[in-house]
Amino acid sequence: MKNIQLLENEAMKAIKESLDIKSLEQIKIDYLGKKSSLSTLLRGLGELTPKERPLAGASINVAKKRITNEIERRQNEIVLIEINSRLEKETLDITLPGRCSDKGSLHLVSQTIERIESFFTNIGFKVEKGPEIEDDYHNFEALNIPSHHPARAMHDTFYINQNNVLRTHTSPVQIRTMETQDPPLRIICPGKVYRCDSDLTHTPMFHQVEGLVLDKNISMANLKGIVIQFLNAFFEEDLPIRFRPSYFPFTEPSAEVDMQCANCKGKGCRICKDTGWLEVMGCGMVHTAVLSHCNIDPEKYSGFAFGMGVERLSMLRYGVTDLRLFFENDLKFLKQFH
Amino acid sequence: MKFSEAWLRKWVDVPISTKELSDQLTMAGLEVDGIADASYKFSGIFIGHVISTKPHPNADNLKICEVLSESDKVLRVVCGAPNIRPNIKVPFAAVGSKLRENLTIKLTKIRDIESQGMLCGAEELGIIDNSVGLLELPSDAPVGEDFHTYLMLNDHIIDLDLTPNRGDCLSIRGIAREVATLNQVDFLEPEVPPVEPRITDFLPVKILNKEACYRYIGRVIKNVDMSVVTPIWLKEKLRRSGLRSVDLVVDVTNYVMLELGQPMHAFDLDKLDRSLVVRMATERESLKLLDGSDVKLNPDTLVIADEIKVLAIAGIMGGANSSISRDTRNIFLESACFHPLFISGRSRAYGKNTDSSHRFERGVDPVLQETAIERATTLLLDISGGDAGPVMTIEGKKDQLHQNCITLRKDRLEQQLGLSISSEKIEDILKRLGLIISRSKEASWQCIPPSWRFDLSVEADLIEEIARIYGYENLPVEILSVELPINVSPENEGELKNLRDTLIARGYSEAVTYSFVDPSIQSEIMPAVTPVSVINPISSDMSVMRLTLLVGLLAALRHNLNRQQERIRLFEAGLVFTSNRKTFNQVTMISGAITGNRMTNNLHSNKEPVDFFDIKGDVESLLKFYGCFDEYSFIKDTNTYLHSGQSARVLRNGDTVGWLGQIHPLIQKNLGLNQPVFVFELKLDFILKGKIPKFSGLCKFPEIKRDLSFIVSDNIYADDLCETAYKKAGKILIDTQILDVYQGKGIEIHSKSVSLGLTFRDSSRTLEDSEVNDAISLIVEAVKKEHLGILRG
Repeated sequence: MKNIQLLENEAMKAIKESLDIKSLEQIKIDYLGKKSSLSTLLRGLGELTPKERPLAGASINVAKKRITNEIERRQNEIVLIEINSRLEKETLDITLPGRCSDKGSLHLVSQTIERIESFFTNIGFKVEKGPEIEDDYHNFEALNIPSHHPARAMHDTFYINQNNVLRTHTSPVQIRTMETQDPPLRIICPGKVYRCDSDLTHTPMFHQVEGLVLDKNISMANLKGIVIQFLNAFFEEDLPIRFRPSYFPFTEPSAEVDMQCANCKGKGCRICKDTGWLEVMGCGMVHTAVLSHCNIDPEKYSGFAFGMGVERLSMLRYGVTDLRLFFENDLKFLKQFH
Repeated sequence: MKFSEAWLRKWVDVPISTKELSDQLTMAGLEVDGIADASYKFSGIFIGHVISTKPHPNADNLKICEVLSESDKVLRVVCGAPNIRPNIKVPFAAVGSKLRENLTIKLTKIRDIESQGMLCGAEELGIIDNSVGLLELPSDAPVGEDFHTYLMLNDHIIDLDLTPNRGDCLSIRGIAREVATLNQVDFLEPEVPPVEPRITDFLPVKILNKEACYRYIGRVIKNVDMSVVTPIWLKEKLRRSGLRSVDLVVDVTNYVMLELGQPMHAFDLDKLDRSLVVRMATERESLKLLDGSDVKLNPDTLVIADEIKVLAIAGIMGGANSSISRDTRNIFLESACFHPLFISGRSRAYGKNTDSSHRFERGVDPVLQETAIERATTLLLDISGGDAGPVMTIEGKKDQLHQNCITLRKDRLEQQLGLSISSEKIEDILKRLGLIISRSKEASWQCIPPSWRFDLSVEADLIEEIARIYGYENLPVEILSVELPINVSPENEGELKNLRDTLIARGYSEAVTYSFVDPSIQSEIMPAVTPVSVINPISSDMSVMRLTLLVGLLAALRHNLNRQQERIRLFEAGLVFTSNRKTFNQVTMISGAITGNRMTNNLHSNKEPVDFFDIKGDVESLLKFYGCFDEYSFIKDTNTYLHSGQSARVLRNGDTVGWLGQIHPLIQKNLGLNQPVFVFELKLDFILKGKIPKFSGLCKFPEIKRDLSFIVSDNIYADDLCETAYKKAGKILIDTQILDVYQGKGIEIHSKSVSLGLTFRDSSRTLEDSEVNDAISLIVEAVKKEHLGILRG
């Protein structure tokens, strides 16, 4: 019996000292295998007296059971140790950069147009587009700007030939839409426009978004409502907004919209040229002559139109100070916007 | 237009500050662009009399002067002005006076001589004119009087940015009338009594084109003394209105134009031949203008001529042959009213935008001519003397002077403005604006605008006037509420936005380049196509419309390469332009250009440069967007700007959608690009057409995968091998991948090894190995037969 206890102690010690699964497997064979001392003892039970046999058998089995349990415990322990050592071995400098994280960017003009579009499409406006080489009729005549009108001087026009120009505004898209679709209409027309002007604050090409609402009973009060809401949404700030009389041949009444200068809060600064106000868009009630040109009865329908410069709004919103950056396409500029 | 606030207040005095006046004008649609002081804020400057001058002993260009000013003592002043001389009167700044806020005059020594003050020029006082040296004052200027008071410099120069419809406000009279209306005060025009003729001389005038000239008024004035200089008060008014003093006659006509709004012209009577005629120019006529330039006249131009020569372009500019000079004794004054349609456009065509044409283009009050000529005569005679002849009036087409009668309906007004307003208020505003109104029905008026309001012709114009005077800021604000039908958008039509996002996710930045480009660069890329040109480009390098977005993209690429960017990915979406005689083709393209390494430069990067397959992968990712990738094919083809061995045409069901490839090395070199560039260009409308996905059941049966490697000649396309495999294996071959293409050790020269990864499956049952083996045999046989390919061991 003493033998059994000794064997068990010996096995337990070996298990504790084992360092890997392989040596543990060997211990298992050595102490529990068919050729092990304990198995030999078990086989030798027949030599004992029937009275001694159960007791001796039980103690051998108890020893085997204890050894089996200990091996299992040690096995789990070793697995854990091995995993932990692997974890340590595989530890990385996670501050190193990721692979292929390169991302490009949307041009600020596109971003601003997309943002403006989303405000208006969310309230049921459709986006309409048109050609950039435009005929004189759609760019001027239909908009109530006959050939000798002084307002043509307001548009420094690029001519392609006698009858075609690079559109000076996106308003011709309004005409084309009114020619082909029946009211009610709620559209916005984003796009490139061209004016023969180039200096610090003018580029010969820039972008506009114009809007048109045409329906029964549309009033100037509705125009004021939508313009104020839009500007508040665009700048995410409820800055004071004022409408003042202005002149566009295609709207009557016409208004220029000023927003309080966000930089100085109306006190007057360099950005607003000390006026406290920033001109942000033009708008007005669609001129009856324009509606008549498009065969829309001005007695039945009325509407308003508004137009804004995309670059100007972008500059105010994101603090861009140089207009020319928009078309240099320097990656250092482009990548500043998402 | 610039005007003097003090001048305006002489016409209409309202108890409001400059700031209030400015705000009021701006909010009434006469935008104030700026307010400037009439001079610097100086103090202690008096009128000084230079009694004597003598040379400075230590400097040739300095003089020592004795000056008498407001103190009783004669002071000694050192002065270097070119026009310093005895017996002139100039502004004098004694010691202690302030020139500007931080500039006090001190007792100084100039080259060892003490100077007890300073004689001033216009510039030093902030009185901007064209004078050089000291500001010489008239001989009757009272010595010792405060200079500020003398010139009434307690004034502001207000700059109005007027819209083209408000030609009526291009004068003190017009602005004053508007201010009176806004402040509800009476507007009383000063009386201009007629000048009694002292002589009977007159010049016959005939209007040949009566539509173009409403009225022509002329008057002969003899014995004008041209040696008389323009009085300083008049000069100051011109200066504060942004006009230069020329000579007395021109100054007086300009003054009347500023005051009343009537442009006038004066001819040297002795240079005119017998009689005048107002007519259209004829072919081949030309004229040397007052500014010295020669112009060839167009037949659409209205001119004033005498019996043998053209004298002036009507309403725009006079000619040199009849202009006033120092020797002029007798003049002929013109005060006419030309129709805007006969003036506008012409001044731009001749490049002569004048104060006169600016006013006539916008319309001049047709009843003003007589008042203006009397006013000018009075001023001229008062200042220089002379004998005025009778006023001769020749009428043009009269009915054009009549203003339309406009009906204004109260309900329309209220609907358009979203405003409820009383009839009394409406009538009050209209009357204050000078309209003659009569109530035709309940809540409806017949309105005749005043002669100066050309811009009022339809009901909406009157609605705007009511709104303007009522105040835009007082109009209600209402949130638009309308029916909200759902905008239908077809699901199989893609959006540019998705493609942009795809490219951005693949590292591209969007560029926006000019639609007009440099023709010499464009012809490098597309030599065979004639671009659409701009008649009046801003510069020669922006003179033709782009045929391809690549012109702009490659320029942007170069811009960035020159700024130390080595890895560049740019794309742009926009129109390109071609013309077919009279019609223009404007097609939206999406293009990209890449150069530099495949990956951003960091520890993960293998530092390999991009190649054809990078750009092809980008294109494929775009083409896959709308589920129709199987409709596209890439065929080997080349064009003028691509590398002949690395370019492909993209087809969709046989139609060309675009191109991709490496920029031709020669063009790359000519464009100054120092590394290979890969580009693509696709027609946007083509690739945005997609299809609505249709579900098909998921296959439960297993796939069998086999790899095959062939050795083929290196001019065999891998795609053709795949094609053969599909053809021979039938529908059980569901996918073919090109796993490897190898040339080099172990492979004969001009040959390559191509490995195909084949996936077999049947959608209705489990495939037998033998079926796959049969298919493989067919493929191997066909590749051998069709492509002379040998199965690799």
